[in-house]
Amino acid sequence: MALDKSEVEKIAHLARLHVSDSEAEEVTTRITDILALIDQMQSVDTESVEPLAHPLDVVQRLRIDEVTEENQRESLQKLAPASEDGLYLVPKVLE
Amino acid sequence: MINSTVAEIAAALKAGDISSVEITQAYLNRIAKLNGELNAFITVCEESALEQAAAADAARSAGNTSPLLGIPIAHKDIFCTKDILTTCGSRMLHNFVSPYNATVVERFNDAGTVLLGKTNMDEFAMGSSNETSFFGDVKNPWNTECVPGGSSGGSAAAVAADLCAMATGTDTGGSIRQPAAFCGITGFKPSYGRVSRWGMIAFASSLDQAGPITKSAEDAALMLNAMAGLDEKDSTSIDRPAEDFTASLNQPLKGLRIGVPKQHFAEGLSMEVEKAVRAALAEYEKLGAIIKEVDLTNSHLSVSAYYVVAPAEASANLSRFDGVRYGYRCEDPVDLEDMYKRTRSEGFGEEVKRRIMIGTYALSAGYYDAYYRKAQKIRRLIKEDFDRAFAEVDVIIGPTSPHTAFKLGSKSDPVSMYLEDIYTIAVNLAGLPAASIPVGMANGMPMGMQIIGAYFDEAKILNVAHQFQQHTDWHKQKPGPIASSEGEA
Repeated sequence: MALDKSEVEKIAHLARLHVSDSEAEEVTTRITDILALIDQMQSVDTESVEPLAHPLDVVQRLRIDEVTEENQRESLQKLAPASEDGLYLVPKVLE
Repeated sequence: MINSTVAEIAAALKAGDISSVEITQAYLNRIAKLNGELNAFITVCEESALEQAAAADAARSAGNTSPLLGIPIAHKDIFCTKDILTTCGSRMLHNFVSPYNATVVERFNDAGTVLLGKTNMDEFAMGSSNETSFFGDVKNPWNTECVPGGSSGGSAAAVAADLCAMATGTDTGGSIRQPAAFCGITGFKPSYGRVSRWGMIAFASSLDQAGPITKSAEDAALMLNAMAGLDEKDSTSIDRPAEDFTASLNQPLKGLRIGVPKQHFAEGLSMEVEKAVRAALAEYEKLGAIIKEVDLTNSHLSVSAYYVVAPAEASANLSRFDGVRYGYRCEDPVDLEDMYKRTRSEGFGEEVKRRIMIGTYALSAGYYDAYYRKAQKIRRLIKEDFDRAFAEVDVIIGPTSPHTAFKLGSKSDPVSMYLEDIYTIAVNLAGLPAASIPVGMANGMPMGMQIIGAYFDEAKILNVAHQFQQHTDWHKQKPGPIASSEGEA
């Protein structure tokens, strides 16, 4: 199916991406082309087919609920673009 | 020695003919000479490599006999490496120095390998040409105007050009096998769950699998011995008894049943590739194998189903890149939403953003049944095709790619790039193991043959590949323009 510009803007917002006005036309065309490729799936009847989410027929392995990780707060927070007093900093959310 | 196989280098190290420091230095020299042209490495770890090599030599003197001890390796930049830059080919992670090692990296460290560096790749492993990397295109060592394939293009080019003895790759839709075919080397994607995905940056979690990129099937078996096995940290890792994948390499192929899918020899396949794969099948018949046609009825739907499943999973996996905890953050965000949107729009490249949007769309309210659920149903049909085929044959053989490596910049629309993986994608949807090995040359460029096995039949595939390599020398061909010169160790 063909998408229009406003639909592409909506998808971009859901994905927290920004599509500029200059890109919008090309992005829309490309995504429409890809959806046409995907739509080839609709040519087969799959009414009675069970969906397959995962290639192997296995049960999720469980483990005992115990602490296995050490606290690595400092080394992990060193990677952050902005942090202070053990907290991650982001632009102000509440006034 | 740098153009030797892992098995040969291991024997020379064991015999004391060469030290790990010597062979490591030889690869570092080769990288210094050729990486500027090939762009196969994003990061070269010169200092730590020589330290690891010295430690390996010392361990050998102290009696350590690990088969991969002292062998120089390169890891695809999708594997987290402690204290070493890990970019996944993206601006989003251009400054990410990992605080931990991926399980695969840890296992190779335990085996005593020497890490030469991190190889270039398509951004977040999304691509079939290595042209989506933030760090620039990788060039094919056979012809630097051509792509090396992708997404493990840096690893494949590095192995083909003798910049390392062996390399790791990952394969979500063909990302080990297609570059192996384009670069004239051996690439192997194990069964889903065979190798731990922990610390391997996620693209599509129900498809991703790590594997070896090597100069021979025997080397792939040696690497797989180190890589495979249960990892408690990956809940999809499979608990199976440890196997020695080299044990059955020399088994005779008499009576082997080879399935040939007619769908993989249909329209779109180049004449040269068809001829080469048919000649290989004739070689197998000479070795006593029986050829049977098999029907993978739904294989033409694999690309369309994949481009729902993979982007859907990617859109969820890549939501973690938000500019808060690590990686890139945009300049001067005005508010939180502006920070998310600009960080992601500036940090991700075009192809990654396209796939995130496709996935977001396929999973959004009102479209889930028509896209994601439909794709999962097709996925079952594809798996059932393979189940039926493997009831009659031991392995399935066909081309890896419809043609040889194409020119850089020649495929500008995404759909034609997606169709590059037409023979490899179904294997990932079904979770099966498969290899690509060199099968011939056309116009100076290598071609690959794909060998697909039943679940956990890695040893059988490696046996079938190794026997071919015992009777042919396609895997010994070296890229002419940059062939290893004499005197380089």
